[in-house]
Amino acid sequence: MATLQSLDVVERSATTVPTPQARDGVPKLAKLIDVAKCIGCKACQVACSQWNDLSEEVGQNVGVYDNPADLSANTWTLMRFAEQQRADGGLEWLIRKDGCMHCEDPGCLKACPAPGAIVKYANGIVDFISENCIGCGYCIKGCPFDVPRLSERDNKAYKCSLCSDRVAVGLEPACVKTCPTSAIKFGTKDDMLEYGEKRVTQLKERGFQNAGVYDPQGVGGTHVMYVLQHADKPENYVGLPAEPQIASMVGFWKGLSKPWAAALLGLSVLGAFLHYVTHGPNEVDEDHKNGEEV
Amino acid sequence: MSPTSSSRRELLRYKPFDRMLHWLVAVGFILAGLSGLAFFHPSFFFLTNLFGGGGWTRILHPFVGVVMFAFFLVLVLRFLRDNLPAAADAQWFSQLGAIVGNRERPSADVGKYNGGQKLVFWVMVLSLLALVVTGVVLWRPYFAPQFTVDILRLAVVVHAVSAFVALLAAVVHVYAAIWVKGTVRAMTRGTVSHKWAAHHHPAWYRKVTGSRT
Repeated sequence: MATLQSLDVVERSATTVPTPQARDGVPKLAKLIDVAKCIGCKACQVACSQWNDLSEEVGQNVGVYDNPADLSANTWTLMRFAEQQRADGGLEWLIRKDGCMHCEDPGCLKACPAPGAIVKYANGIVDFISENCIGCGYCIKGCPFDVPRLSERDNKAYKCSLCSDRVAVGLEPACVKTCPTSAIKFGTKDDMLEYGEKRVTQLKERGFQNAGVYDPQGVGGTHVMYVLQHADKPENYVGLPAEPQIASMVGFWKGLSKPWAAALLGLSVLGAFLHYVTHGPNEVDEDHKNGEEV
Repeated sequence: MSPTSSSRRELLRYKPFDRMLHWLVAVGFILAGLSGLAFFHPSFFFLTNLFGGGGWTRILHPFVGVVMFAFFLVLVLRFLRDNLPAAADAQWFSQLGAIVGNRERPSADVGKYNGGQKLVFWVMVLSLLALVVTGVVLWRPYFAPQFTVDILRLAVVVHAVSAFVALLAAVVHVYAAIWVKGTVRAMTRGTVSHKWAAHHHPAWYRKVTGSRT
């Protein structure tokens, strides 16, 4: 799996010094998934497994069209089907292509204890560098979208790479290339936001008053965005969080508390040593009567 | 003088089995501590080299922790009675400033353990209990998949906080043993001097020697 030149790595897990910052003006990229255009054909799922050489085990029908039933170490993207009743009594089918959202502020990267196992490139792609993964599952706790999956075969975490290897050589991700309705677009984030707004206007003209682009600011925005017919109710799209954020527990755990705790531990040892050299050892007085030896 | 010591000049404080238990726990604590610190903060990640890399450290850490906790449980059961609260504890703590300042001899009638030792004992009991419970919850690939992500997030914070508390208690424990001369030999050779016992643990001294003073 190709990794980009290290000058393109702007964030690196479990690394406390700055990554190379010399490069400037690398355009931020984004994938835009237009839910209103999706027909649920799952071609993107097939393209993903074909390009990345992943094959899911044949599973069981769980009573819905979702197949496989969930993301896994071998399923990096998945169509999730939600049947909703409209206010006028009609039905509508909301089909969301689930997978890594490539957060600008990635919770997985923040939680990861292994240096360089998760990186964020200047173009915004969040990538798992699997040979550095130690299999602890911290990324799963860090993710606000329930995306990373630990493989039972090799105990390493996997997720959508936004085809970082294809993007690095100027190609679009496999799912984008294959989508027959152009529901998945890829380009600079600015272009995608502009296109998304255009689509939102069209949807509003067609009566979807609450249409909007899903680019949640709680995680600094994402490099995978959705056009939603009902942006006021993202949770209707099979568990898409309305206001995703890195969990406060994870923020506390990985935030200020750890450097302080590490410093306090070091200071406690130093304090003990200084106590010894300033106050001396605690020795029993030689003339102490009670302890007379017999 | 009653024949409670291995020799006439020394008092037996820890039997060989207790010493063995203590050092098994200590070795386990150091190994679990070093491997755990590796994941605690990036500045300690180099410690994974001691265990054969990040993957091996992740695999070994929980096994070491559980084995240590098993020995620790036996140790706790054997030391429990002497670590129950007593009247002398409050008195000992009221003199803490003078004791730490090494200014005066405590007048508290301390038994086998003083208030500070009991505090370390109970802090260790609670923090290691929290560590083993949350550690099992977080254990991949065996147990973690059974729990929701919110429980895992809580467990990881409790695990880290408990580890911090246990490490601080260990610093206090080790330093106190080094600072109070004549203490380390209680755990290495099993014995202490009469002077040491009468000075630091007068009630225990009377009990084991039958002395009235």
